[in-house]
Amino acid sequence: MNARSSPFARALVRDGPTRALVLVLAALLLVGGAVYNQFFSPTYLLQQLQSGAFLGIVAIGAMIVILTGHIDLSVPWTLSAAATFSTAFTALAGGAPWGEFGVLVGLAIGAGIGLVNGIGVAYLRIPSMIWTLAVNIVVLGICVFYAGLYASGSRPSAMMSVLGGGRSFGVIPNALLVWLVLSGGVVLLMRRTLMGRYLYAVGTREGAAYLSGIETRRVIAGAFVISGLCSATAGMLLAGYANQAYQNMGDPYLLPGIAAVVLGGTSILGGRGSYAGTVAGVLLITLITSMLSVMQIAEAYKQIAYGAVILAMVGYYSRRSATPG
Amino acid sequence: MSIALHRNARMLAARALLIVLLAGFLAIHPRGVSTGVLTAWSNQGVALAFVAVGQTIVVLSRGIDLSIGAIMALTNCTASVLVQGSPAEVAFGVAAVILCGAACGAANGLIVVKARIQPIVATLATGAVFSGLALLVQPTPGGSVDETLSDLLTGDIAGVPASLLLLAGLVGLVWGPVRAARLGRGMLAVGSAEGAAYMSGLPIDRAKIAAYVLAGVFAAFGGLFLGFQTLSGDPAIGGSYTLNSVAAVVLGGTSLMGGAGSVAGTIAGALILRTIGSLMFFAGVNPMAQPLLEGAVLLAAVALGAIRLLKIRNRLEMFR
Repeated sequence: MNARSSPFARALVRDGPTRALVLVLAALLLVGGAVYNQFFSPTYLLQQLQSGAFLGIVAIGAMIVILTGHIDLSVPWTLSAAATFSTAFTALAGGAPWGEFGVLVGLAIGAGIGLVNGIGVAYLRIPSMIWTLAVNIVVLGICVFYAGLYASGSRPSAMMSVLGGGRSFGVIPNALLVWLVLSGGVVLLMRRTLMGRYLYAVGTREGAAYLSGIETRRVIAGAFVISGLCSATAGMLLAGYANQAYQNMGDPYLLPGIAAVVLGGTSILGGRGSYAGTVAGVLLITLITSMLSVMQIAEAYKQIAYGAVILAMVGYYSRRSATPG
Repeated sequence: MSIALHRNARMLAARALLIVLLAGFLAIHPRGVSTGVLTAWSNQGVALAFVAVGQTIVVLSRGIDLSIGAIMALTNCTASVLVQGSPAEVAFGVAAVILCGAACGAANGLIVVKARIQPIVATLATGAVFSGLALLVQPTPGGSVDETLSDLLTGDIAGVPASLLLLAGLVGLVWGPVRAARLGRGMLAVGSAEGAAYMSGLPIDRAKIAAYVLAGVFAAFGGLFLGFQTLSGDPAIGGSYTLNSVAAVVLGGTSLMGGAGSVAGTIAGALILRTIGSLMFFAGVNPMAQPLLEGAVLLAAVALGAIRLLKIRNRLEMFR
């Protein structure tokens, strides 16, 4: 194998979770194409990518945090809070051009919540599962309290609408382009920067990373800030797509986001995983969801299928890694 | 004495907080201290307490059950279909519901132990399956539950809330003997040092599976009790109970790293969470501010865990 070939090509060829996922994806596409003649139409596939982009952006943040061996359960309300307050800021401007700065408000909220998560987990050493959970409840409380005090607008700014729901050249969803740009950014971060290496080092064994001179606490806090920014971005794009911010808009993204990362072969214990796998995981979840909707399967069976797929894939990975050679 | 105090500090703190909150609640309640008020208070907390006890048993063995709320929803829905009719049918229904919870727990345990999938991922996935099954049993909130049994269990017996007696009785009958046996000690041993437990020849696989089965059984108790409380089944209650059960475990002083903690602390934790809600309701707090205050209390309670940092002399201890 040529070491200079692109990371994605190598991941495709190398035996492992990503290859297994790509094979399953291909099989699903073939089955879908055989059953429905509309399946391979660009309209349908682009529509899937449009809805998959939001999950993809959430999964970027989830993956960065999981690589350090932690987990971010504050995704739902970070996403909703960014959408709520950025749209409220836009409404405050009442159509004036400075309303576009609502996006910055949303990003600041995402980074702020991420920082609180990071301080609790990295500096106060509180288990991430419980700390981010508590932060999520507090952010929920802030949003509910705010909604009770002020009847604010929830319409997205022009930029959010264009990026979230618009299409370039009339075909390519802009949300997909945002996901691609962020994907490029995260691949650069993981492969070309010290921070990227540190993420893996901290996730593998934090004590050893610390003794090697890595400021491990700063790395963990940074990972949570990135996750907060990703959730906030997804939230504002989603508000642009749905043309409003609404309560509980983040709920459908927490578990699928984690599932996509885990399906992509990233270890929930941290230290191992590839971004190509996460992308494949996002595509798989998006495709399964949409195929089950096309087949008009009841919600109950969707949930069962969803759980069964995760168990089957992750069980397959753990069997492979358990067998020597 | 001082060792016992040191080891149980978090649990004792949880009990003290519960007593303070309960006293505050009774003081501001318009009807004051009465059997009715206490019974209503206890009924509100017991379903969560059951689920949280189940979560504690899994956490003690260094696992986590994110499907526990879904098991509760599934058993709650099953109860709303089966627990009705003649006394024999009701008895059969109750047994079937508990068996259903045990089966869900066994599935979790087998997947974690035999398929070697991390508990957090495995139970996330089985949780989706169980919520799907709950939707199949009862697509929308509804059904019915035997009212005689409901009146009995949500009322009071000689001035003591029946639900509290039920909680104490079932925990004592089910967890008590297990805790005292080799199996229960195996669970705690696995939680504190799996390698050492394995070397000592303890049945670690069996202990882990048993912990998940017990969690399923206690989730079923929670689902059943919720059925007696609401006289119906609701497939959508799972999520909040999963999260609150983890919160109750932490509030009760059980370490999420396993091996240390107690079921008694968790019960206090669960009742604390429910008492805060009622306290704010009767204190006339703006309902819109309630989730924020609840969250702030939880965040503060969790942040208390950082106190251990003050005792650390070698910074490397921080990373464990």
